[in-house]
Amino acid sequence: MTSDTGQQHPIGIYLKIWLLLFVLSFFSYLVDYFHLEGMLRWSLILTFMFLKAGLIIAIFMHLMWERLSLQYVLLLPLLAIVALVALMAIEADHTFLMRMQFLAT
Amino acid sequence: MDAGKISSSDYEQPGVKGMVADWAADRQTFDMPWGKAMMWIFLLSDTFIFSIFLTGYMKVRMAATEAWPPVSEVFALTIGGVYMPLLLIAIMTFVLITSSGTMAMAVNYAYRGDRRRTVMLIAATAVLGASFVGMQAFEWSKLISEGVRPWANPWGAEQFGAAFFMITGFHGLHVSAGVIYLAIVARKVARGDYEKKGYAIVEIAGLYWHFVDLVWVFIFAFFYLW
Repeated sequence: MTSDTGQQHPIGIYLKIWLLLFVLSFFSYLVDYFHLEGMLRWSLILTFMFLKAGLIIAIFMHLMWERLSLQYVLLLPLLAIVALVALMAIEADHTFLMRMQFLAT
Repeated sequence: MDAGKISSSDYEQPGVKGMVADWAADRQTFDMPWGKAMMWIFLLSDTFIFSIFLTGYMKVRMAATEAWPPVSEVFALTIGGVYMPLLLIAIMTFVLITSSGTMAMAVNYAYRGDRRRTVMLIAATAVLGASFVGMQAFEWSKLISEGVRPWANPWGAEQFGAAFFMITGFHGLHVSAGVIYLAIVARKVARGDYEKKGYAIVEIAGLYWHFVDLVWVFIFAFFYLW
């Protein structure tokens, strides 16, 4: 798996992952179709989302067969995004409370 | 330059030890064509752009005092008298996933040297991508005709329009650019331009295309389903 030959895997694995992505997408559509609500809805949406994203990155983009150096370069910076989301969620909560207190009519 | 000379055996050491060697030894860190390393770095930066859009969307949605528009109903279609919530978005999702599948196979056939299949699969990917953009144009015109604007909409929190046009617009721009990119690569494969320098370029184009699909997974989950 060096640069001379490039990534080379049996074609069947792509068809299987393709099918799996179809099924996962269908499931996430069903979450909406059946009007699931609250924590059940959110956890299912996130589960299907991360499974799909993981399959695309690992198999279609071949990241699971790449060297650890590249995997870390790509995955570690995502922690910064997690931090941003956490900070913005706190800020949004604060903004919402301020609006309710001073702007609500 | 002797330091640049690398034998492939240097890269056979796996795991953390190999990673330390990649960074510390006197050699090129990423054992791959430079275009591929640069594409990965670009995609990482693009990840941050889309993450910032989606985080901004989360922020305005959490802070909105008005109710968020009922997304499932906004994007519903009635076909032959049957009401289907979110139908168009579901079809768009399946189209984009299928295009990712054809692209993955195109990369595979390119490395096998099967040029005819490679061109056909890349062309199929581009056609699917173009139809995705077409459906998005339909969706935009439908919403605009219903009165959705970046500053207002008939159903609730006015931030809905701004987030919708910004996020799906930027993603659609990526898909459109990808279709052009793939068309160029397909033409070059068909002409045999890569016979000498190898087919890593198809893999690099594939990385970009899978990334576009990957971003849609997150938009689908956070914008359309949440």
